Parts: sequence; structure tokens; C-alpha cells
Amino acid sequence: MAVLDTLTSGLRTLGHKVIEGVWRIGFAARFFFAVLMYSGTAFRRFNLTIREIYFTGVLSLIIILISGLFVGMVLGLQGYDTLQRYGSSEALGVLVALSLVRELGPVISALLFASRAGSAITAEIGLMKTTEQLSAMEMMAVNPIARVVAPRFWAGVMSMPLLAAMFSAMGVIGGYLVGVKLIGVDEGAFWSQMQSSVDVRLDIVNGVIKSFVFGIAVTLISVFEGYDADPTAEGVSGATTRTVVTSSLAILALDFILTAFMFRGVG
Amino acid sequence: MNRATIDLWVGIFVTLGIAALVFLALKVGNLASFGNEPMYAVSAEFDNIGGLKVRAPVRSAGVVVGRVTDIQFDTRKYVAVVSMSLSQKYQFSKDTSAQVLTSGLLGEQYVGLQAGGDDANLANGDRIKITSSAVVLENLISRFMFNSAEKTGQTKGETN
Repeated sequence: MAVLDTLTSGLRTLGHKVIEGVWRIGFAARFFFAVLMYSGTAFRRFNLTIREIYFTGVLSLIIILISGLFVGMVLGLQGYDTLQRYGSSEALGVLVALSLVRELGPVISALLFASRAGSAITAEIGLMKTTEQLSAMEMMAVNPIARVVAPRFWAGVMSMPLLAAMFSAMGVIGGYLVGVKLIGVDEGAFWSQMQSSVDVRLDIVNGVIKSFVFGIAVTLISVFEGYDADPTAEGVSGATTRTVVTSSLAILALDFILTAFMFRGVG
Repeated sequence: MNRATIDLWVGIFVTLGIAALVFLALKVGNLASFGNEPMYAVSAEFDNIGGLKVRAPVRSAGVVVGRVTDIQFDTRKYVAVVSMSLSQKYQFSKDTSAQVLTSGLLGEQYVGLQAGGDDANLANGDRIKITSSAVVLENLISRFMFNSAEKTGQTKGETN
């Protein structure tokens, strides 16, 4: 009988976990629709959103620009090292631009955005919940989703593509500095091969679409985790950690799916 | 922090973001070339297109005049049908010839156009009649090897 008891309790734990997981996904989906429904305030009182763009976008500028520059410079060094073995170091511009615009720009800037801005959003909303500011708003007949969550959500969604574009642009400049100025790859070949290989619609627009999707995913996870956090100090810290972990995994998984759809069969 | 400073910074942020997008589109991408110029379509049949791909450039005298839009296999004649769209700016005579060329020794493949002497120009939907296929490296090597084998055979025959 003891064996049967352990078996049922094990199954019960599993069932409980699954039900909890499904419930959380459902709650997150309903939360997403609520955010969309109450988004009116975020646009009618646009200064609320502008304030949040300042906190999520502008304050992430430094880390995005500097990381972009360094990623581009490293791509320049490593790419040159490999390409010159095959005597095609002029293709360095193509390598740097395509890897940045298609993959590294959207993905790395989204990962940085999740840890720099996403965690801050979760901590802020979580702390608002812990200190019962959200309940206080409800008491004053102010919808906290419309007043607190929606502006942060839209600010994140708007900032992300701009940050990713800046990351890619800085990366290309970094690759140019290392490749052309430091190593001495021919400047004309660097730019002209890049321009003939990078397609605006296929590469750049797809990169922007990617970063837009990542922006939605990261900010939705951030505001949801904050809103859903246990109203304790421990709960807020746990929610912040979950934001970074879940958004990073979501970014990488979404990136794979989007890449499979966008670049399949493109020669 | 007061409202005006925040507005200023957000303005700078958005301007920088848009500037980065414009930089990517113009300097990194090729938006400037054939953005929304009027184009016309022509097609050509090749026995062998080698490694030609869709979106490969179409060049004449080294200048990019258009792009390959579609590659199909004709099951009736067993040839490859390559559709190209050329910029309306560049007109070619009706007896223009097309060939699949390679830039550099192992570079990307493209379609090269060589204008003829006909007075009439290619129109939208026309087919280029004179074509020559891509050079396949294996065929080239085997031809070279057979040639040299024949030669050694001949020289041996002479000495005997």
C-alpha cells in the first residue's frame, strides 16, 4: 500500500503542477487582453507613456550602444580571422552586417533589454503591489492596469525596435572601425559588398519585426510577473528573477521560430 | 526629473532610433538601388544555370540593371526558365544575349546581358533567345583532363 500511496502522491503533485501552469498561462493571456483593452489611457495620456519610454528606453541607451559597438568590433576581428584564410576578407562587411541585422541585433538587445529594463519594470510594479499602491488606486476608482501597466507595456514595445536598430547600427560601425580602420580591409569593398548582399525587406525589415515581437514578449512577461508577484519582499525578488529567466528563454525560443519562418529557403 | 527634460531625452532617443533605421536602410541595405523604380520583366531559357539563385543580380557591362525574380524548370523542354525584372531605365535590343556568369573564381553567380544590334527593344514579357549556360567546374576539369590525356596519347603515338 505504501507504494501505491507514494505513486498517487507523486501523480497528485504532477497534476497540481500542470493545473497551476495552465492556470498561469490562462491568467497571463487574460492579463494580456486586459492590457490591450485598457491601452486607451496609454495613448490618450501620452505623457505617461513618454515617462516610461524615458525609463525603459533612454536609460537603456548607454548599455545598448556600448554593447553594440563591442559586439561589432569582436565580429570584425573574428570574422576577419576566419575569412582571410579563404582569401575573402572583403566579405567582412557582409558577415558583420548580416549577422547583426538578422540575429545579433534583435536578440542581444532584447536580452539586454530584459535584464536592464524588464527587471526594473517587474520590481517597480511588484513593489507597488507589495506596498498596496495598486489596491489604493482601485479604491480611488483608478484602474491600475490602465494607469500603471499599459503605459509601461507600450513604452517597452515602442522602445525595443529602436534599441535593436541602434544596436545593429553601432555594431556595423564597430565592425567598420576594426575591419577597415584597424586591420585595413578595403573600405569600398566593405560597404559595397554589404550593400549588395543586405536586402532591405528580407533582412532589415525582418530584423525589425523580430525586435518588435521580442519587445511585446519581454514587456508582457515583465509587467505580468510584477502584477502577479507575491506581495512580499521575497515574492518581488523571485518575480524579478523569473522575469529575466523567462524572457531570455522566450526570446531565444521565439527567435528560432521566427528565423525558421523568415529565412527558410532564402539563398 | 521634470517633464521638459524627459520630453527632450525621449525626443533624442526616438531621433537616434530613426536615424539608426535610416542608416541601416540606406548605408547597410540597398534601398537606394531599385527602391520603387518602374521595372519590366523578361525571361530566358538556360540548359544549365549552375548555382544561380533568386534575387541574384542581372548585370550588363558590370552594372547591375536588374534582379532574378524566379527560376523554374520547364518539364517539356528540360531547360531552366529564369525570370528577371530589369529597371525601366535600361533598355536592351531584342537580340540581346544572356549568360550565367560568376563574379570572381568562386563568387556569386549572376546573369550577364550582352546587347545586340537590333533596332527594336525588349518589351515586358519578352523572352531572350540567345543564351549560354553556366560554366560547371566539374565539366571544365573533366574536359581539361580528357584533353591532356588525348595529347599524351598522341605524343606517345608519334614517338613509337
